[in-house]
Amino acid sequence: MPDKIRISLTVNGVGHDVLVEPRMLLVDFLRDELQLTGTHAGCEQGVCGACTVLLDGETTRSCLLFAAQLDGSSVRTVESLARPDGSLHPIQRAFTENHGLQCGFCTPGMLMAACELLEHTPLPEPEDVKDALSGNLCRCTGYQNIVRSVCAAGRVLATAENGSHPASETAETTGASA
Amino acid sequence: MSTVEHEATTDVGPGSSGRRWIGTNVPRKEDPKLLTGRAGYIGDLTVPGMLHAAVLRSPHAHARIRAVDTSAARALPGVVAVLTGEEALHHVNPMTSFCAEPVPQHAIAVDRVRYPGEAVAAVAATDRYIAEDACALIEVDYEVLPPLVDPVEAMDPGAVKVHETLDSNVVFHRSIDFGEVEADFTRADHVIRRRARWHRMGAQPIETAGAICSYDPFTHDMTVWSNTNFYNFLPWSFAGMLGVANNRLRMIPCPVGGSFGSKHLINKVISIAGSLTKAAGCPVKFLEDRLDNIAANDNVGCDRSYDAELAVSDQGEFLSLRMKIVDDYGAYFQFAHGQHGNALAQPTGPYRIGSVGYDLSAVLTNKVQQGFFRGAGADPGNFILERLVDAAAEELGIDRVELRRRNFIQPDRFPFTVPTGNVYDSGNYEPVLDRALELAGLESWQAEKERMRQQGRYLGIGLATCQERTGYSASEWWILYDKPPLPATSTPESVKLDVDATGNVRVAIGCPLWGNSPETVVSQVVAEEFGIDPAAVSVGYADSTSGALSAGPGGSRVTIMLSGAARGAAGTIRAKMQRIAAHAMEIDVADVECVDGTFQAKGVPSTAMSMADVAMRAHLFMHDNPAGEASGLVETFTYDHPFSSPPTADRKDMGAFYPMVSHACHIPIVEVDPETGAVTVLKYYVVNDSGTLVNPALVEGQVVGGIVQGIGAALMEEYIYDADGALGTPSFREYLLPSMHEAPEVIVEHRETPSPFTEYGVKGVGEGGRLVAPTAIASAIDDALKPLGVWIDELPMTPERVVEAVASAADRMVTG
Repeated sequence: MPDKIRISLTVNGVGHDVLVEPRMLLVDFLRDELQLTGTHAGCEQGVCGACTVLLDGETTRSCLLFAAQLDGSSVRTVESLARPDGSLHPIQRAFTENHGLQCGFCTPGMLMAACELLEHTPLPEPEDVKDALSGNLCRCTGYQNIVRSVCAAGRVLATAENGSHPASETAETTGASA
Repeated sequence: MSTVEHEATTDVGPGSSGRRWIGTNVPRKEDPKLLTGRAGYIGDLTVPGMLHAAVLRSPHAHARIRAVDTSAARALPGVVAVLTGEEALHHVNPMTSFCAEPVPQHAIAVDRVRYPGEAVAAVAATDRYIAEDACALIEVDYEVLPPLVDPVEAMDPGAVKVHETLDSNVVFHRSIDFGEVEADFTRADHVIRRRARWHRMGAQPIETAGAICSYDPFTHDMTVWSNTNFYNFLPWSFAGMLGVANNRLRMIPCPVGGSFGSKHLINKVISIAGSLTKAAGCPVKFLEDRLDNIAANDNVGCDRSYDAELAVSDQGEFLSLRMKIVDDYGAYFQFAHGQHGNALAQPTGPYRIGSVGYDLSAVLTNKVQQGFFRGAGADPGNFILERLVDAAAEELGIDRVELRRRNFIQPDRFPFTVPTGNVYDSGNYEPVLDRALELAGLESWQAEKERMRQQGRYLGIGLATCQERTGYSASEWWILYDKPPLPATSTPESVKLDVDATGNVRVAIGCPLWGNSPETVVSQVVAEEFGIDPAAVSVGYADSTSGALSAGPGGSRVTIMLSGAARGAAGTIRAKMQRIAAHAMEIDVADVECVDGTFQAKGVPSTAMSMADVAMRAHLFMHDNPAGEASGLVETFTYDHPFSSPPTADRKDMGAFYPMVSHACHIPIVEVDPETGAVTVLKYYVVNDSGTLVNPALVEGQVVGGIVQGIGAALMEEYIYDADGALGTPSFREYLLPSMHEAPEVIVEHRETPSPFTEYGVKGVGEGGRLVAPTAIASAIDDALKPLGVWIDELPMTPERVVEAVASAADRMVTG
């Protein structure tokens, strides 16, 4: 077994200085090493999108990266969205208000992909959502309510008094519990 | 964006009946944990000391296992246990099977592999990476045998047998006439004949199946965490398989990341984790990867060829339906032919058809076995029936809408017994059809179709009017056997409800969270019965030691059954609280009412005692309560199937076994490109009648989700095996699922014809979208390509098949 590799990275605002096996996938690192099990592995080949996280602000399939590649990076997962006081992120609220989830397994990936979209396109049309999230598979909802949820979240975020962006809505240090 | 309108057609429903919570879009209770990544799916769970399993699978469709050398795998650091099929039998028994035929099945193959991907060995190691490394070190010596891929070839008496224990690969054959089939065909003016093919598809939940098994060799206790459904229904069957006493088995549910029928048992993963925990002496998790799930789980739906005939009079009256079916079950027969029992609940759809002839050959081949997939056998049943109806319309020159209308069962005929003996509880089909036609605005789509034809484009308007049988009784699994191995008739559902001393209501339900909304449904029912806020009701999940019997979600039953169980439990506790309140007020119990979570003398709010007042008395003040009233407020209520009857011995009357019958009319609009074969669903209209709606938004979610699965079934989803028996679709790169781009805008409306058999009039709805959409899309493609002479008789209509159908229609036109 090759030697472990030392990496320093930030996950949901918390710094980690760790040794990882060269072949350890990012999704397994998050789930097994940091116990951040909100990021789900659906296909492990980059097709389903359930494992989507934000890597330095951009959506990334965490099943297609090795943790060892991430020295100096910042990763954001679904655990970063809600606040410890139990208040949901506006995108999460929009998903529940529009019944944008059923079994919930694909949902974390959908939420992270929506974060990125709304960062760049604050008031998306349904077609924008379809283009941005079509790489995320959902087997339950038929997608209609996911599209609705993301559009609604955009409207809420755009009219929010603090003018906050999807990512800055996130409390830097919430949710991470490594 | 879709719009949802709700038109109550009767006096049952919110507002009209004074109901406060049933029928309202209460926020979904399940959501926060799912949205925040805290659900605790099986993959998320860890038990101290837990090992991880991986499975080595056969590359061959059919082979004898001459030898398995596991020595190198065992020697790998981190590996704790390695089991071949034979070794696993020291720890577990063959998997539970519901078939009467001698088709034994092991979670890890013994002597022979019968489909590509069948497990050959399993490893438990300190992590999954090492377990997979170890699998790669296992050497298997195979003697490759000829694979059986084509079910018709497999039926040949000279064919190689999939199981030596059987006389033939036709594992089951039965032909039954329900009613006077011959006579009805003899008097028919027309016989419409069609063949049809429904290919093999799979549920493909985004979460795979998994289990953690933890065995204590000293007490012989086995604890299982898993995403199975049947832990509170058939726990003893798991105990038998795992070689432990049922009273030593504890099965703990996890939220399920999608099932669609594929996780009823998941015996394979439980058996593999169970044998490894016994061999290793510590807890073992086995979570399928995608290949494990697609290639080897209980994912797969029907794989049928139909030869079907509809007997029709000159006036377009349907007289009889006759079909001959070959169904490719794959390598094992674990669930027997329940998918046909299922189809026979509604073979005649919403139509009056006097008799049904059903000839079934269930054939074994070298493919992964059939399990249950949303629709469960009635999906191709609706396809063949609706195709025959459209064919009859074409051949008789009667408009397809008018022909349906003429044959609909009329609303005054319910409860209606279909030729097989199943009963339809209620229905009112014409208003559904009328409203769907109106909703779709057909005239403007017809104009659009004409306009596009001018441009050489092909728009099609589909139409299907179908049933969704909901709320099964157990007989569908065995009803076609003369001597069934387990002729069970119960499908119970239980909840345990308690009101604590401070007046708070807590409910433990026996079924798992499968992507549906059992917590929300139960909280709405309890809130309705006590007049409290559903947000105040706490709902949790009872494990297999609770005694909460539950057949769980499946067969579109769980909202019906949970409503019954929750209402029963709430009613029992409410009655007890009324007795205690009456005693305290020194009035007759009949004079006490429960209003908005309080108990008061009828019409006298000033006498109101809160839930907490009454509950504290119930828990701690026995001398202030009626004599003989036990302390506490706890009730486990089991709701049994509300309307079922056993079949006759000759099976010519199957009895009522799937009697809550929902109905829907689907009108999809598609564009077909005959050159590329691409089918684009432009818009989709639905009017659905699932009786009383408990939560309309959640019902709409089920309908739309089912429709998009149905679009997958109609256009892209298929298990493909090549001539050597190799699986060509082992991942989501080859087995295609609809993405956002394939999902059309779906507009849903509801009618509500309440069931007379159930609490509140609820019917089921979980499968309806997928039961109707495939045949509706087929009819839309047909309508689009009618000018080219195409007739759709096969699903999925992949681009290749569309192009082929256009070409062969052109050939027919030239030669014909």
